[in-house]
Amino acid sequence: MTLMLLLLSIVTFLLFSAVPTDPAMLTCGKSCTPSIVAANRVRLGLDQPLVVQYAHWFKGIFVGRTYGYGQAAFDCPAPCLGYSFRQGENVTTLLANALPVTIYLAIGSFVIWMFGGIASGIFAALHRGKWQDRAILSATLIGYSLPTFFVGLVLLTFIVVRWNLLPYPSYVAPKTDILGFLQTMILPWISVAILNMAYYTRMTRSQMLDTLGNDFIRTARAKGVPERKVVRKHAFRAGLTPIVTSAGLDFAGLLGGAVIIESVFGLPGIGRLAIDSVQQYDLPVLLGTTLLAAAVVIVAMAIVEILYVLIDPRVQIDG
Amino acid sequence: MANSSALLSVQNLSVEFTTEDGIVHAVSNLSYEVSAGKTLAIVGESGSGKSVSSLAIMGLLGKSKAKVTGDVLFEERNLVGTDPEQMRLLRGREIAMIFQDPLSALHPFYRIGAQLVEAVQVHNQVQENQALERARTMLERVGIPSVDRVLKAYPHELSGGMRQRVMIAMALINDPKVLIADEPTTALDVTVQAQILQLLKDLQAEFNTAIVLITHDLGVVADMADEVVVMYGGSAVEHASARELFYQPQMPYTWGLLDSIPKVQSLDDRLEPIPGTPPSLINVPTGCVFAPRCKYASTVGERCLTEFPELLDVSDGHQARCHLSAQQRKILRPGKSGDVS
Amino acid sequence: MTEPIMRVTNVTKHFPISEGIFRQRQSGAVRAVDGISFEVMPGETLGLVGESGCGKSTAGRTILRLVEPTSGTVEFAGNDITKLAKRDLVPLRRDLQMIFQDPFSSLNPRHTIGDIIAAPFKVQKVKPTGGIQQAVQDLLERVGLNPEHYNRYPGDFSGGQRQRIGIARAIALQPKFIVCDEPVSALDVSIQAQVLNLLEDIQNDYGIAYLFVAHDLSVVHHISDRVAVMYLGKIMEIASRDDLFATSMHPYTHALMSAVPIADPDLERNRERIILKGELPSPSNPPSGCVFNTRCPKKTDLCVSSVPELRQISPGHEVACHYPEVISSATVHPAATGMDFIG
Repeated sequence: MTLMLLLLSIVTFLLFSAVPTDPAMLTCGKSCTPSIVAANRVRLGLDQPLVVQYAHWFKGIFVGRTYGYGQAAFDCPAPCLGYSFRQGENVTTLLANALPVTIYLAIGSFVIWMFGGIASGIFAALHRGKWQDRAILSATLIGYSLPTFFVGLVLLTFIVVRWNLLPYPSYVAPKTDILGFLQTMILPWISVAILNMAYYTRMTRSQMLDTLGNDFIRTARAKGVPERKVVRKHAFRAGLTPIVTSAGLDFAGLLGGAVIIESVFGLPGIGRLAIDSVQQYDLPVLLGTTLLAAAVVIVAMAIVEILYVLIDPRVQIDG
Repeated sequence: MANSSALLSVQNLSVEFTTEDGIVHAVSNLSYEVSAGKTLAIVGESGSGKSVSSLAIMGLLGKSKAKVTGDVLFEERNLVGTDPEQMRLLRGREIAMIFQDPLSALHPFYRIGAQLVEAVQVHNQVQENQALERARTMLERVGIPSVDRVLKAYPHELSGGMRQRVMIAMALINDPKVLIADEPTTALDVTVQAQILQLLKDLQAEFNTAIVLITHDLGVVADMADEVVVMYGGSAVEHASARELFYQPQMPYTWGLLDSIPKVQSLDDRLEPIPGTPPSLINVPTGCVFAPRCKYASTVGERCLTEFPELLDVSDGHQARCHLSAQQRKILRPGKSGDVS
Repeated sequence: MTEPIMRVTNVTKHFPISEGIFRQRQSGAVRAVDGISFEVMPGETLGLVGESGCGKSTAGRTILRLVEPTSGTVEFAGNDITKLAKRDLVPLRRDLQMIFQDPFSSLNPRHTIGDIIAAPFKVQKVKPTGGIQQAVQDLLERVGLNPEHYNRYPGDFSGGQRQRIGIARAIALQPKFIVCDEPVSALDVSIQAQVLNLLEDIQNDYGIAYLFVAHDLSVVHHISDRVAVMYLGKIMEIASRDDLFATSMHPYTHALMSAVPIADPDLERNRERIILKGELPSPSNPPSGCVFNTRCPKKTDLCVSSVPELRQISPGHEVACHYPEVISSATVHPAATGMDFIG
């Protein structure tokens, strides 16, 4: 895993170095003169060979780094992921501010879609072929087909603008104003959850139908195990593995920033940070968000693999 | 006539499935009885209805698709039409069942100990450690070495023979009166099969369990059965004691089965197979189900194709479903007294 | 003296077990086939019998080089084919064929049975007189199927019929040697007999030699001229069919025969039973010395320390045991003496 993260940092760094835009040019706004640009180039260490730049940057993650010399020098304490001239802030600080928002968004939607998806999936499987099953399947088809931004905009339009059921979303930290927090987050949670819920309903349903046909289910019934327990303990548990794998990866993906939803609802999360930095050519920030998103996925995959082994004793981790 | 000492009395059991292609008559008018300490074997090939009949008795057929008619009397109660919850309380406690493939029949994610404990706790209000003790005792009784290791093991870590012993332990753990064993040794090697059959016989002697043994292997039947029912196309075609069936078989299908198995002692170079293929259970033709493949249908004539034969007594405790007269059968198949010097 | 059509000498097949995170190193091997030797004469059937894990199926595939042998030699019609290049093997496939166990997965469900049976002709570029279609229909008839069903798909047929299709394909080019890998195990009893009879008829017509791999002793007894008994990758005993069944000498063979239930209640319940204790050891960690020693009632220290070679004890009868003992099989399998007990 560490090897993967290392490789990832190198690749990302190289990719960004290959961008034709000269980063030094982006460090000052309209008042740029060639000499300021040149000075900034030296301050940021951009005149050094790539390998050295990478080494400095890498070192900065662990021990922090100093940009510039003498009086104009400033510190970027560890873990230092770079400095954004546009925003006048260390990348790490920017990420740290944006991350909680994204985490709240991820957790809230995750809880809604997992409970909703699994419950409706099991329900549909137990009523296979009947109208309940068909209704749920149709609903998932719709949920699947609607893009998240569409759902978000529709909800925003109707619930906030037309019907005034909720105030216009404006993010506040839960510690500051819990009601305001919930009022802001509820619509983004639902928007993200709908698409994923459709997916997990279908997956759970098909897993249940699959496991319910297994011989060990017949054995459980032959033992006299009550049907509820058969469904929960025997059938569901047996079909859990792909659901867990998917859930882990989907959650990790969200942590990297739900770009669209954060934009639609104006949430200052990682996604918003990323998209803004693309528009502003703020390369250090972009490098930081990319790395964060990728690192989260790598860690999630490792966790999922461990969970896999805990669920299914037939599986062994390599080595 | 119902034998009053019979534990389980099946009378005219029929099972129908509604499918897209039509109604499948899986079992038609099956009747038999089992007493404590005795083994009744149900012999048939695939599609004969032998497994379906047992699943129907246990109430394991899945309510929506199957229609079960007839009577299954167990301890003063008719299992057909019993409330599903009442049925559930009987399963695993009074009537138990073991299946063919022990690897797929055990849950792959739970340890053996946990699965055995569940079998106990479903029917008994006991603490987990008590249930575990029961499990331990049972595993010892079925001849498993290193019981503690096995209790902690997962099914895929054990061999086929061990798994089937675990299944047997799990089925007998609540001391049921009837054990239905559906092809319990078919998936096992022949030396392991010998061990398992011996185990079943020992346990039957100890617990006085009635065993319904479903199999296609006539050798296993010869080894274990007191009484045999031969099924074909969903109906019982012959019903006799084991010795009667092997030495005085009365029905051409049984003759065909006995002739078609390769026997080590046979000097013949050719096997006598039964021509044709097993019948469809959907479009059941009139007349005898076996007629299309029967060598002797022409001897009897039209009747075999138009009239479905009844199960008639041939001798005491021996019934056959065939239009051939007793005279004809004696000529075609003299039978053996079976005396071994 | 005719030459054997197939001679196998000390063939082994070990499947490596690898472990390791970054670089896989071999930590052991599954010794599926661990040194087997035998001969098959033209037109004869050698039965290869054993229980699961003994390596008999792997042996069949290794001989045909469907799986590469780890060591040993395979000689077909006097020529060493062990190390032949793949493309040199292709013409030999006319003469070396296989019939598979599972009739449901061994036929491509998307090919018509006409295509399946015609394939050997096309692959080997053989033009039979009268054309391929005629040849295919003749084959269909030969195996007892309706030649008009040329254009149907395997899914339309039952297990027994599919097995016949597999046989038709195997005999299309009149091979000299066929490995039959449990061809009747998956079939109902009444169908088994039909297919066994067919295999015998074809052998008589075309003079094909069979290596008949099976776990069912009765089936093997019926169809074989000679029989080899395998256990954990090694051959325990080889003899002519009658010798093996009447006067076997290896304790495993005795136990095997004792375990086969006889369809005769009086015989079955009154005979002596040898019930093996213990479990089959893992083929990746076989016992030292004689592989059977962990379960053998006759075991001594010699059995643990020294591997018994397959030695000829009497003409045509080889045994791998330190203490071969002729036990008349009549005590364990009374029917084996050939007396007719059931009419």
